[in-house]
This record gives sequence, structure tokens and C-alpha cells, in this order.
Amino acid sequence: AAANLRSSALPDKVAKSAAAYLSAAPSGGKHELPDLPYDYAALEPVVSAETMELHHSKHHNTYVTNLNASLEKLDAAVSAGDVSGIIALQGALKFNGGGHVNHTLFWENLAAPEAFKAPTDGALGDMIKCCFGDFDKMKAELSAQTIAVQGSGWGWLGYNPKTGAIEGATCANQDPLQATTGLVPLAGIDVWEHAYYVDYRNVRPNYVNAIWDIINWDVVEARLLAAQKAAGKI
Amino acid sequence: SAWSSLNMKAETGTTSRRNFGAAIAAGAAALVGAPDNAKAYDLPDLPYAFEALEPYIDTPTMKIHHDKHHATYVANINKATEGKDEVPILALQADAIEAGKPVRNNAGGHYNHAFFWQEMAPADEAAKMKPSAQLAELIDKSFGSMDEMKSQFEAAAAPGAVFGSGWVWVCVNQAGDELKIVGTPNQDNPLMKGVADEIMFPILGLDVWEHAYYLKYQNRRPEYVSNWWNVVNWDKISENCAYVVENHAGVSV
Repeated sequence: AAANLRSSALPDKVAKSAAAYLSAAPSGGKHELPDLPYDYAALEPVVSAETMELHHSKHHNTYVTNLNASLEKLDAAVSAGDVSGIIALQGALKFNGGGHVNHTLFWENLAAPEAFKAPTDGALGDMIKCCFGDFDKMKAELSAQTIAVQGSGWGWLGYNPKTGAIEGATCANQDPLQATTGLVPLAGIDVWEHAYYVDYRNVRPNYVNAIWDIINWDVVEARLLAAQKAAGKI
Repeated sequence: SAWSSLNMKAETGTTSRRNFGAAIAAGAAALVGAPDNAKAYDLPDLPYAFEALEPYIDTPTMKIHHDKHHATYVANINKATEGKDEVPILALQADAIEAGKPVRNNAGGHYNHAFFWQEMAPADEAAKMKPSAQLAELIDKSFGSMDEMKSQFEAAAAPGAVFGSGWVWVCVNQAGDELKIVGTPNQDNPLMKGVADEIMFPILGLDVWEHAYYLKYQNRRPEYVSNWWNVVNWDKISENCAYVVENHAGVSV
């Protein structure tokens, strides 16, 4: 960690990997806006094509662009050993990095209404019964928390690697769930106004109540199993 | 509307609880079937029509922003202060954070929006206005020029500065001799203890919650902000400035 302060003084091999780490992207250079796993219109009538296009191609895209720009600045600050500069970038990194992470998770945990399958059995079904009583109770609890978010933020279903349970949580702005709370994200609900204003105006409760019908519970279960495995619980 | 006929504001212009009995007497005829009127706070009418700020702020946004968003803050602060002593909404700001989330969010929300409506005017009227000598002097002293102030304000209003929902303000400092620009999250404002280094007195503020601009501007917040200057009521801002400098207190709404 101390080596990062003077990365320009690091041996070439290590310096290259440090830079790659800082810009950590599968494409080997910059982060990219992921494609949606469905058409813009696929989530209608819960979320309109207009919202999906704005949300994906404008909002999420801006987070990606600004994350890349912030990472470039971070690289420069690290290379220069500029600790103040590194610290000054934290807000932008959290905001844009969190925005990119959150939205990527979000698109993946949504699916067309026709594909809806209630999580009543399997590992996820059992976990829901165990932690909430039943699916309806879970929805009620998470909806209440998510609707109550002040201003901009997200509602989450998360896995607690310490207790092995699943629980509801909320985060402000683009704060990422795992870095902020330690919970592993299983399903996210974006309640920034841009996520629902076109379709629901100010009536956030209508949006949150409706979005349960387009959660991709297969993806949620897959995330749960991965999280349990990573935590050594299975 | 029947509701606005009951908005008998005190002479100082403060929005506060009216005499319950007088309200009933005055409004009984108009209020058959209307909701409970024993509320501390009212949704103030806009000083202009919903379409008055076109094309810079669109009519549907003004309608929803006022009739739904602001109205909700009013309803919620009434709920949160039920049974408590009646005070003007301004008086709830200083200790709003200590008072807990329902008061912080809703007393802030009501004050901020009531303040906001008053500081705007139709573009053709606004175009004829300019800062008073006092305000112009403070602007030049604090920022160098009006253009520089606007530039700093726009930077403070950018998505990368206010990270989520919030407001951007031009305030007079405690000493009353300088202007500062400050961004606040959610419905906080600089009148609240703990928000900034010292309590400051807003003379101008801009709502940068997405609901303030989404229908017309979508994610193009910078465009909303730069267009907003066209509807700023510099006469009112100058009045605000004179008042807060003299009184070291926030503007009443």
C-alpha cells in the first residue's frame, strides 16, 4: 500500500499491474457501459422504454464516462505521489464508481413481466421464509424502507456474510452497498427520481410496489448462492 | 381556490398558524367537504401562473413541483408538529437537524420551496431587473463579478458537486459582510445548525432535485441551471439581501 504513494518509482512490472488495477476493467483499459440483457421496451408497463433508454444511455453512461475520467486523474495522482490529490478524488470515485456498479447490478436483476417467477422455493425461497416469514412480508418490509429513502438512493436486498441471513437495506446517493455496509447485493431498486419520474411522477410508492413484478429472481438466487459460497457458508 | 381564501398571512408576511376560530368563521361556507383546516402550515400560492416561467421551467413541472412535492412537505410538517406550539416555518430551521428526520426533511422542504417560488419571476419581468447597489457591491466583493458568481454557482450545482438531491444557495455570512455559495443535501439549508461552518442566511437558492427539472431537461442539469438565471427575480433577491444584512436572520416565507 505504501508503494502506491510513489508508483513512478516502482519496478516496471509492478507499476504496470498497479496501473491496470487502478483502471481495473475487463476490457483492459476503460470501463464500458454494459448492454442491457433485454430491449428498452421489455420491462413495460412497469418501466417504460423511454425511461429505460434515458436511464441506461444517459444516466448510467455518464457514470461510466466520469468514472473513467476520475480513474485517469487517480492514476496521475498516484504516479505523482500526490496524496492530497488522491484523497480529493474520493467523492467522485464513490459517486461515479458506485453509480456504475449499482446500475450494472440493477439491469441484471430486472426481467420482463412475462418472465416473472416468484421466489417461493429453492435456496432463495427458503432463505426468504427463514428471514422474513414469506415473500409478501419481505416485499412489504423492503418497500417501506425503500420508499422512505430521503432524496436520492437505493433499496437493496442483501446477504449478510457474517450472519448468513438476507436483509433489507438502503444507501444514499450512489453509495455502493457492499463497500458501505458489508452486505452483498442480491437485488437493487433505484429510487433516484430519474428512475421513475417519467412513468410515476412523484408517486414513488407506486413504482416501488410495481417493481417487484419485474425482479429477476433467478439472478437474485444465483447471487445468493455465490455469496454463500464466498462466505464459506455452503 | 377555497384553500387560498384562508391564507391570511400575518402583516410581516410570515406563514404561521392562523387563529383557528377566525379561519372557521371565514372559510366555513367555502369549505364544505374540505379537509381538516386546523393546520399550522399552508401551501402558499405561487406568485405567478404555472406557465409563467416558460420556456425555462415548464408548466407541468411547476404544477407537479408545487401541487405535489411542496404540498407533501406541508402535509408532513403539519403531521410532525401536531400538538406542538405554533411557530413560523422559519423558526423551525435552526434546530431542524436536532429535531430529527421528519422535521429536518419536511420543515426544510416547506421552507426551501416557499423561498424558491418567491425568488422567481416571468422572464420578461426578470429581464428588466438587476441587483441593488448593496447586492452588486457584495457580489463584486465576494466573487469579483456577477459572471464569476454565476460560474461558481453553476459549478456548485453540477451533478459532481451535489451528489444526489439537494439545493445550492447564495448566502450572507453571519457577519453580514460577505456572500458565500453553499450546496446542501436533500432538504437541508444553511439556516440549520450543523449544515455549514456557521449558520448563514440564504438570499438565493436553486432546487437541483431531479423533480425540479426532469420532465424538460432529463439528465441535463447544467442546462437547467444556466437557463434558470433567466427567471431570477433580482428585485426580490436584493430585498432578501437588505433584510438579512440588517437583521442577521433568515428571510421569512
